[in-house]
Amino acid sequence: MKRLIALVALALAAPVFAQEEQSTAPYAYRQLDDPAQETKAQDLMETLRCLQCQGQSIADSDAPIAGSMRSLVRERIKAGETPEQIRAWLIERYGDYVSYAPQLTGLTWPLFAVPGVLLLIAFLLLRRRFSAKGAGQ
Amino acid sequence: MIAELGLAALWLAAALAALQLVSGALGLTERGAVLGGAVRPVAVVQGGLALLAFACLIYVFSVTDLSVKLVALNSHSMKPLVFKIAGAWGNHEGSMLLWVTVMGLGGAFVALVEKRLPERTMLATLAGQAFVSLGFYAFLLFASNPFERLSPVPMEGNGLNPLLQDLGLAFHPPTLYLGYVGLSIAFSFAIGALVTREVGPAFAKAMRPWVLGAWIFLTVGITAGSYWAYYELGWGGWWFWDPVENASLMPWLAATALLHSCGVLAARNALRAWTIMLGVVAFSMSMIGTFLVRSGILTSVHAFAVDPQRGTFILALLAIYIGGALVLFGLRAATVTEGERFAFVSREGALVVNNVMLSAILGIVLFGTLYPLFAEAMGAKVSVGPPYFNPMSALFAVPMLVVLMVGPLLRWRRDKFGRVGRELVIPAMLIVAAGICVLVLGGVALLPWIGLALSVGLGWASLLPLKGRNLRRTPLPIWGMVVAHFGIAVALFGMSSESAFSVEKLVAVRMGEVTQVGPWGVKLDTVEPVAGPNWTAMEARLLVRYGIDGKVTRMLPQSRSFWAPPQQTSESALLTRWNGQLYAVLGGEAPKVDGEKQSRWQLRLWWKPFAPLIWIGGLLIALGGLLALVGRVAADVRRIVAKDKIAYRREKQGR
Repeated sequence: MKRLIALVALALAAPVFAQEEQSTAPYAYRQLDDPAQETKAQDLMETLRCLQCQGQSIADSDAPIAGSMRSLVRERIKAGETPEQIRAWLIERYGDYVSYAPQLTGLTWPLFAVPGVLLLIAFLLLRRRFSAKGAGQ
Repeated sequence: MIAELGLAALWLAAALAALQLVSGALGLTERGAVLGGAVRPVAVVQGGLALLAFACLIYVFSVTDLSVKLVALNSHSMKPLVFKIAGAWGNHEGSMLLWVTVMGLGGAFVALVEKRLPERTMLATLAGQAFVSLGFYAFLLFASNPFERLSPVPMEGNGLNPLLQDLGLAFHPPTLYLGYVGLSIAFSFAIGALVTREVGPAFAKAMRPWVLGAWIFLTVGITAGSYWAYYELGWGGWWFWDPVENASLMPWLAATALLHSCGVLAARNALRAWTIMLGVVAFSMSMIGTFLVRSGILTSVHAFAVDPQRGTFILALLAIYIGGALVLFGLRAATVTEGERFAFVSREGALVVNNVMLSAILGIVLFGTLYPLFAEAMGAKVSVGPPYFNPMSALFAVPMLVVLMVGPLLRWRRDKFGRVGRELVIPAMLIVAAGICVLVLGGVALLPWIGLALSVGLGWASLLPLKGRNLRRTPLPIWGMVVAHFGIAVALFGMSSESAFSVEKLVAVRMGEVTQVGPWGVKLDTVEPVAGPNWTAMEARLLVRYGIDGKVTRMLPQSRSFWAPPQQTSESALLTRWNGQLYAVLGGEAPKVDGEKQSRWQLRLWWKPFAPLIWIGGLLIALGGLLALVGRVAADVRRIVAKDKIAYRREKQGR
């Protein structure tokens, strides 16, 4: 958590000019040469949260921290890591908050139970509504 | 002076809302019946006073009266007039005043024109409307007074967030608010009908135009908001499943379900309790959305805890209105029977599926939006975003869209698939063909693939209700249904195509250099500084060409720096063709590699095939609603005129 605060503070302090961060984040505004790798990186970036902005993924943000994270994702993809490895690494550092794809844990299981419950309710509602009466008419 | 006038008008309006509530409630009893006559005029005057207060706020904003705290915090003298006016509702207090104004005007309008229902139900309805308004008046007057003065008067105001200084966004909130508050009328109707136990086709017919109107505004508001995010944020995204967006989507989902169940109640006197329930839920979603956006709880649960006054106030209002309505529903639901029965394979059956599925999607969106707040309250931060919402809502949306192809062809009460099966052969074949085509193209994810295939079949199937009809004599509501359903197919095609086929290109180019994005060649011609009323910008001139021998067109993306408050925004440039949109953004100047003389500029380019169909589809859906509304209202007016004529003739013959 301390690390995160330091990072955010650092990012806030840096001016918003693209050229400044270019030296530390070479892939913030540059794509990977291999289109397959770039697609992989893009798909992953769309599911990672920009920690400094409100409700934007790092693929949708001009914030410096989003640029650094984009660069990090692309560099790691280029180095041959899989998207899920990178996600796991980021979650370890910044917590579950960084990933827009909730992981199945003791805390998030209700998220995955709800669709099932809704399906069940929908099924029961439709059944109650139609089964007995359909036969009666 | 003007600010005090506004405040006085607001207090008077609140007092009249109290009078409207009391006289409406007493009007229902035998002894207080005489008070009932006061309700309608009071409602009209209350609406007028709220409007006066709002006009005062617009005035102080348009002359930038910095002695008013709200103006000093949110406006600036060096700003175009239209954004000064839009600044009036671009903040918490102003938007709540807009809310009560629209609500007051809605109540006044109902009081003036709605004469179809029994007077007792109308009294209960208007009393309910006043009850809801009263809470929001209290909230404004006690917790967020928009007319508060400031002393000493500052030299200059803080300005408006540059992202909001855009025509699209200036009119986005009022549109959504008209929708939110329109649903409050449906809510009041539901309360009124529950109180007097008169739930039936007449009630549904009276409520339907209001629901339709609110739903049209919500549809337009969401579509416009999505397009604004698309071109203003500068990254080509058009829907982020952001809590603020979800706050507008949830009332829309509930209103869509309500609209369809209202149709069943009006035509067949079925689904009575369910329709009432949806009426309550729809407005509850509006209020929950407002609570989410306005309480500051979204930034962080802790931000909410630090300054809890407003949030607690809205939370209390939510508890009173939603809780109260649900208690009333619980008490009366037993006396409201479900109404007529029907078989599964029938128009009603299809609409029930629509309702259940929409409610399930609503459940997913509501839960996914609120869960991070629960988690944070329990001490852990999680994010729920597109990877959750997309597949989970598709789980219910896909079956719903399949039923949508069949439903409009079915007869009321009882039907057989065999009768309509033949008509659906072509859409089914279209779906299979489109599915195979996309599969052959390759590289498309599962959801966009399903979307593309479904949209083609749905586009055809949605036109089938017109088959065999004399098009010139087809009633307007039927046209409305067909246009709206076709709009869903169009929007779905746009969404799927955008996510399946978009091409992205991030480059740093020198002057005169040409780069390729999809079928386009893009040449950076010049980059020059330009200035606006409250910003300066670097503007790039791009010369773009479609294919090898296309016409050369100019695009002018800007990177703007506002100075009040200081902030950078990118103004994207869009070039629309029949088959898609080219999206260009100018970034910063790239660092010079050593030995380089000429500077390079960052460009972000996207080719998004058929992306504009997303919003064209959205507008078609709204247009469908409008056609239905016009058809219904015209039919009502004709009926009233005919009735008057008959009465007039009778009178004459009687003489």
